[in-house]
Amino acid sequence: MTTALSIKDLRKVYGNGFEALKGISFEVEEGDFFALLGPNGAGKSTTLGIVSSLVNKTTGKVEVFGHDLDHNATLAKCELGVVPQEFNFNMFEKVEDILTTQAGYYGISAEDAKERAEFYLRKLGLWDKRDQVSRMLSGGMKRRLMIARALMHEPRLLILDEPTAGVDIELRRSMWEFLTELNAEGTTIILTTHYLEEAESLCRNIGIIDHGTIIENTSIRKLLKQLNTETFILDISPVQSSCPALEGYKVAMEGDHTLLIDVKKTQGLTSVFSQLAEQGIEVTSMRNKSNRLEELFISLVDKNLGGQTGE
Amino acid sequence: MNNNQLFIAFWTIVVREIRRFTRIWGQTLLPPAITMTLYFIIFGNLIGSRIGEMGGFDYMEFIVPGLIMMSVITNSYSNVVSSFYSTKFQRHIEELLVSPTPNWIILTGYVIGGSVRGLLVGLIVTLLSLFFTDLHIHNFFVITSVVLLTAILFSIGGFINAIYANSFDHVSIIPTFVLTPLTYLGGVFYSIALLPEFWQGVSQINPILYMVNTFRYGILGVSDISIGFAYSMIIGFIVVLFSFAMYLLNTGKGIRD
Repeated sequence: MTTALSIKDLRKVYGNGFEALKGISFEVEEGDFFALLGPNGAGKSTTLGIVSSLVNKTTGKVEVFGHDLDHNATLAKCELGVVPQEFNFNMFEKVEDILTTQAGYYGISAEDAKERAEFYLRKLGLWDKRDQVSRMLSGGMKRRLMIARALMHEPRLLILDEPTAGVDIELRRSMWEFLTELNAEGTTIILTTHYLEEAESLCRNIGIIDHGTIIENTSIRKLLKQLNTETFILDISPVQSSCPALEGYKVAMEGDHTLLIDVKKTQGLTSVFSQLAEQGIEVTSMRNKSNRLEELFISLVDKNLGGQTGE
Repeated sequence: MNNNQLFIAFWTIVVREIRRFTRIWGQTLLPPAITMTLYFIIFGNLIGSRIGEMGGFDYMEFIVPGLIMMSVITNSYSNVVSSFYSTKFQRHIEELLVSPTPNWIILTGYVIGGSVRGLLVGLIVTLLSLFFTDLHIHNFFVITSVVLLTAILFSIGGFINAIYANSFDHVSIIPTFVLTPLTYLGGVFYSIALLPEFWQGVSQINPILYMVNTFRYGILGVSDISIGFAYSMIIGFIVVLFSFAMYLLNTGKGIRD
């Protein structure tokens, strides 16, 4: 299996002395859909900035499909497409011109650039806007424009830094579909996001970065196995004046008709329902308290924070 | 990237630059045309008729080469400084930085883009001057080469200014407080032979004096300074500033964290 991205001992100290990355190392295999997660200021954007040549590293090594960013930057850059967090295109240029200009920077002829621009603009639902000045686009359209721009040179590795931030649910779903399709066609994708359900439903592997160090790097499936307890919210009927006791489960009440039940990985839910039924309580609806990955993420980051502060 | 791809990348930057300044022609091409027409009317016609001759020519004939050169200098410089700074400000410099376009192509593309604007404004001013005086051509090679080299030199200067600029104020500081005084004191409106000996010496450390006088030599055949020395100085400045701009780009000064 080819390695799409290899990062070794990457360290970044900013001019003000802040150490954003403390020698991180990880690899992303070709064809992977990889999530890089972490709280704000953890070092995600710095890592992606270095990979994208937008931030100078202090020490370390970055390779894109085996091409060292220090010694073979041209080939490395040709393999890489970047969709940044902030809008970074010329707000006064037309949509189509932004794409063809970007293709020009990769040495793609005007004829090919026009063809590709049409393909991606149609694919991302922006073809009707091709002659519009980019600043007139809506937020979601601007995000799609940046994705189209990043794909103009047909990179094998696509990096997206919070691509769905501030995007409505419908558009987010359509972007997920597009990215899944792109990944299925062979493009390796690295994604940072604050929507953990996005990482859970899209990505196969995950890296969690906090305080400039990688605190977890595994598959989402393995990570979710670490989850020992899940909290379920049950709406019940009839209204209860006190919290019903369920043997083997930790139960709390929220209002007079909602129960919060902690269920261990080794336990099932059948016993919960049967015990409630015995007490004449009917479950009208049920849901997870929070996203499973979110619970793990919080526990990992909290654990790391404990280590950082020496707690 | 092979040579063809390098040329495509270079041409993309040049075309984008030309598209930018022609799209906002009301801010880039029209103002110098109006300003220079006013110079021709006020300094050339109204005041010039009372001054009489300068360096053996009508005052209007004398100042026209300097005014053309002044337009080329200010427009080449301001095109690159404002374009590259706004590229940084709007962050679409990142489009170039993530791409495989080499730094020397980025610099050359911007410099040629700026030079095209400088030369286009120079041409507009030259055509306008024909309404006020007859232009001679003493040496066509000198005219074209010195105007081209000057446009290149000040485009590189604008690029360096843009790299260091952190606000729009920084974009206008050098043109206002350095370029304009040097241009006015660079023999555009007078021959340095009129100055006392001490100030003649001081004037000779002003690089713009050499460009204006070389251009004037190409048109009128007269100059206050040595043409050969002027060429070597302009080319020397280009080499030094180009190398410095490349150093700044390679180290990521002002454009990479």
